[in-house]
Amino acid sequence: MSGYYKDFWRRFLNNRLAAAGLLLVIVLFVLSVFAPWITPFNPDRIDAWHVLLPPSGTHWFGTDELGRDVFTRVVFGAQVSLKVGFVAVGIAVVVGTVIGLVAGFYGGWVDSLLMRLVDIMLCFPTFFLILAVIAMLEPSIWYIMMIIGLTGWMGVARLVRAEVLSLKGRDFVLAARVLGASDLRIIFRHILPNALSPVLVSATLGVAGAILTESALSFLGIGVQPPTPSWGNILTAGKDYIEFAWWLSLFPGLAILVTVLSYNLVGEGIRDALDPRQKK
Amino acid sequence: MFQYLVKRILMLFPLFLGITLITFVVIHLAPGEPVEMQSAMNPKVSAAARQRLREFYGLDKPLYVQYGRWLSHLAKLDFGRSFAPDNRPVIDKISERIPITLSLNVIALILEFGLALPIGIIAAVHRDTLVDRGISVFVFLGFAVPTFWLALLCMYFFGVLHPVLPISGLHSLGSEKLSGFGRFADLARHLVLPISIATFGSLAGLSRYMRSTMVEVLSQDYITTARAKGVKERVVIYKHALKNALLPVITLLGFSLPGLIGGSVIFETIFAIPGMGQLFYQGVMARDYPLVLGILVIGACLTLVGNLLADLGYAVADPRIRHGKG
Amino acid sequence: MKQFRWFFLLILLLSAGCTEREPAAVVKPRPQAGTPVHGDALVTGSIGEPSNLIPILSSDSASSDISGLVYDGLVRYDKNLNLEGDLAQSWEVAPDGLTITFHLRKGVKWHDGAPFTSRDVMYTYRVTIDPKTPTAYAEDFKQVKSASAPDPYTFRVVYDKPFAPALASWGMPVLPAHLLEGKDITKSPLSRKPVGTGPFIFKEWIPGQKVTLDANPDYWEGAPYLDRYIYRIIPDNSTMYMELKGGTLDMMGLSPVQYQRQTNTPEFLSRFNKYRYPASAYTYLGYNLRLPLFQDRRVRQAITSAINKQEIIQGVLFGMGQVARGPYKPGTWAWNPNIRDFDYNPARAMQLLREAGWVMGKDGILVKDGKRFSFTILTNQGNDQRIKAAQIMQQRLKAVGIDVKIRVLEWASFLTNFIDTGRFEAVLLGWTIGQDPDLYDVWHSSKTGPKELNFIRFKNPEVDRLIVEGRGTFDQNKRRECYYKIQDILAFEQPYTFLYVPDALPAVSSRFRGIEPAPAGIMHNLIKWWVPKAEQRY
Repeated sequence: MSGYYKDFWRRFLNNRLAAAGLLLVIVLFVLSVFAPWITPFNPDRIDAWHVLLPPSGTHWFGTDELGRDVFTRVVFGAQVSLKVGFVAVGIAVVVGTVIGLVAGFYGGWVDSLLMRLVDIMLCFPTFFLILAVIAMLEPSIWYIMMIIGLTGWMGVARLVRAEVLSLKGRDFVLAARVLGASDLRIIFRHILPNALSPVLVSATLGVAGAILTESALSFLGIGVQPPTPSWGNILTAGKDYIEFAWWLSLFPGLAILVTVLSYNLVGEGIRDALDPRQKK
Repeated sequence: MFQYLVKRILMLFPLFLGITLITFVVIHLAPGEPVEMQSAMNPKVSAAARQRLREFYGLDKPLYVQYGRWLSHLAKLDFGRSFAPDNRPVIDKISERIPITLSLNVIALILEFGLALPIGIIAAVHRDTLVDRGISVFVFLGFAVPTFWLALLCMYFFGVLHPVLPISGLHSLGSEKLSGFGRFADLARHLVLPISIATFGSLAGLSRYMRSTMVEVLSQDYITTARAKGVKERVVIYKHALKNALLPVITLLGFSLPGLIGGSVIFETIFAIPGMGQLFYQGVMARDYPLVLGILVIGACLTLVGNLLADLGYAVADPRIRHGKG
Repeated sequence: MKQFRWFFLLILLLSAGCTEREPAAVVKPRPQAGTPVHGDALVTGSIGEPSNLIPILSSDSASSDISGLVYDGLVRYDKNLNLEGDLAQSWEVAPDGLTITFHLRKGVKWHDGAPFTSRDVMYTYRVTIDPKTPTAYAEDFKQVKSASAPDPYTFRVVYDKPFAPALASWGMPVLPAHLLEGKDITKSPLSRKPVGTGPFIFKEWIPGQKVTLDANPDYWEGAPYLDRYIYRIIPDNSTMYMELKGGTLDMMGLSPVQYQRQTNTPEFLSRFNKYRYPASAYTYLGYNLRLPLFQDRRVRQAITSAINKQEIIQGVLFGMGQVARGPYKPGTWAWNPNIRDFDYNPARAMQLLREAGWVMGKDGILVKDGKRFSFTILTNQGNDQRIKAAQIMQQRLKAVGIDVKIRVLEWASFLTNFIDTGRFEAVLLGWTIGQDPDLYDVWHSSKTGPKELNFIRFKNPEVDRLIVEGRGTFDQNKRRECYYKIQDILAFEQPYTFLYVPDALPAVSSRFRGIEPAPAGIMHNLIKWWVPKAEQRY
């Protein structure tokens, strides 16, 4: 196995875009984890007499409409936005994997039923569903993560099911079955590990999508609610000042852009590195 | 082919039922009775009016009865009346807005396919070169930039700083007086920004898909054989490979629709385009339940129809299905 | 424009939109010489789309912006906020204050040509109090004991007891009886194609795009100079501002930041006139007086002392507003200029809290009987100013040892799940300030029921008595005395912490002449606005 991973890493890092993306992903992650130590300011510290100051030595990214340090808010916003991305995708992956496994492994009417459910969910304009649920419950960060997750599992389910179907007939699975392994054991020991890689790709892309969805919800006023900073709500607050306080929208906007771009490049990189055809 | 068609159409019914069921469940996640919400917005709703509403939705009945009633209304295309003070039939409100959203999205879809496919092919042909990487970054940038931010920047740049394009809306004031062509040109100018931004944002998915399909096809044996036989590279790529790579792309057509329609909420709000997305957002914020239910069902059914058309297109294009083996 | 005493508008005081119509004092007149000419159009914008153009059926500001131009009432407020005749040429109040007789203007025609008579007024009164009509404006008319129309140009109402807001309540738009009588008003086509007697005639409404009104050549006061009034629907505020700068919008209410920081360029000032005057609205922090925590007056006084209202005005309004200390607009006749409440003084706040038995806990939060001093401020989503104000207060209260949480709620669930059920601790909301100073609906102890406006349950017998006394007399001096006393009591009791009265900040394209800023704002003489021939655009 270690040879396989070494090979994977070599191929992944050979892809310069993907490597750059990974670097950015790691940097952002570290920034968000160490946020309190990186900046001397409190993200919620209001100063009504120093609002909308342009970037300076003290305030690298300037101050916002309540006099808070934008750099600090963007760094703390990273925590929130990444949390939204990871938890939402976590939910999507768990739900999608379970449904895909069950459908693929048991087949028959269970399979048909679950796949029809997938078809139905795919028909909805996802953003409409998210909007309806969030607006009718309330725009709390937990609801936001949950509903993004619960409307984003269909791709994973299809991937996992396809993988299960192709593995089910393979020798090592048949052998395990002959040896009397239980369904659960076969699923967890033999099928799941093999299905992981395509799921990983889709999850990486999902994180990017969830961050964008949160920012779109913020634009409509029902994303993560202030005072909690998220990139989406900092950007939304800044949109009214595009003309003269550009720093308020530029930095969170760039943060979203760079993050989503990086996750996409990494996701692509993983896919290519896993793909045997890439071997030259 | 006929058999396939019949089968495919019969499949629509369970899917439609599923759509209505999920819509119904989603709406009932909200705490409180829909009718309560309406009276909350208007403290003077009379008891009689409230009772009429309760009866229309059968709110005193168990949930499954309510669902059944709602379905039977749906079957008659009766979506009820809006909870908004205008009290109009939901179907009227939706149908005056659907054409706008649909035509914008169809134009965006055509542009998306028209641009993304060549981009994907070029990337595949020039795999792992600077061209390929440049294309990757470009299409992912379009995906990664928050659309409302890009939209505002473009509006400010092209509408205020260098006023070459209108900022929002669909028509200029006074455009009624223009000739037919003048009106069309006016409309087209208004659509430049929203449609280009929508298209830019959606290039990534399709072009990357096209690229990987093309890469896969190009690595297949018959391509290698063709090359070995000395067929010109252009012919290999555009004749042999492309034909096979394009086929699976057709099915994506149907699936592109929900994403575009979902995105229309943002576009229509920021560009002040009176379409279905804007209507949905307003409905959701005002808890206009009949309207929200109606748009969810209709939005999903549009996709259903889109998928059907895409599948039929695929069937026509794919000889295996065309000859009744599907 | 007409100023109706539409009390329930206050429920919907959400954010933008309603400011242009608000009254007030003046800023920056510009020389506006020349002879008025006809022509051109005024293009204005709104975040929201009108909901229903039959005025008694809607309560949103977009609908009332439009119906205010299409319909007339019997009376209206003039530019100095005094009542004057509109469709009523004159009126008499009987000496006992119980009977009002309106003499209607003759020769007024509905937009469809039918004559306006007392039958229309009678119909409007009857349909408004009809329990089948889903309207929010029936309350004032229910005070009427009997109404009669002795002849086509006389309308008479009799009240049980003297009712001071009575006269102003007849500013309600009069509906056309010949088009509505005997029909279900909720299904009438007039809700989308209104027919009134006002200065502008409804032309078309393209859903989601615009409402167009044409000048009424037969308006009783003379045709407006402007040919057309166009009301564009632009759901996003940033977009609307860009349209204004791009020159495709002639008028909009600016936000404080836009007014203060974005529109002071010579370029902007050469193209637009900016106006500034206090809006008829105030923002407050209200305490749920059902809760033992807030029943202690010292606690409420302490919170007010801990809050720096000036800082909120600076942070939220960029200084474009005034400190509020009571429910009236500074400068109006009922406003008591001598009110003193609790100025920003954290030491005094802590002193008061100590007296009330709170001691500082280890985590920097006050404790009493083992309970931390922590409460949640609820506010509605979609109003940035309130959310900002809540955050500023949160920080100040933390400094004296009070832990505040902020919860932003969607409007409908805010009302049903929290306000109506009384399950809240403190709310940050706003009321519009009606033209008549009557406080019955918000402050009388009988108005604490579900869906009523005294939802914090303020009950003070002295205030009740003064409210009833104030609305029971037409003598302005007597009324003023009552309202001065009420403001004294409220300032001491602090059931609300009154925060601020914001300024309305409209900007209007400089091609419009004849704008006359007055206590009533700028829209009161819209029919006199005009554009010199050379500058006409549409």
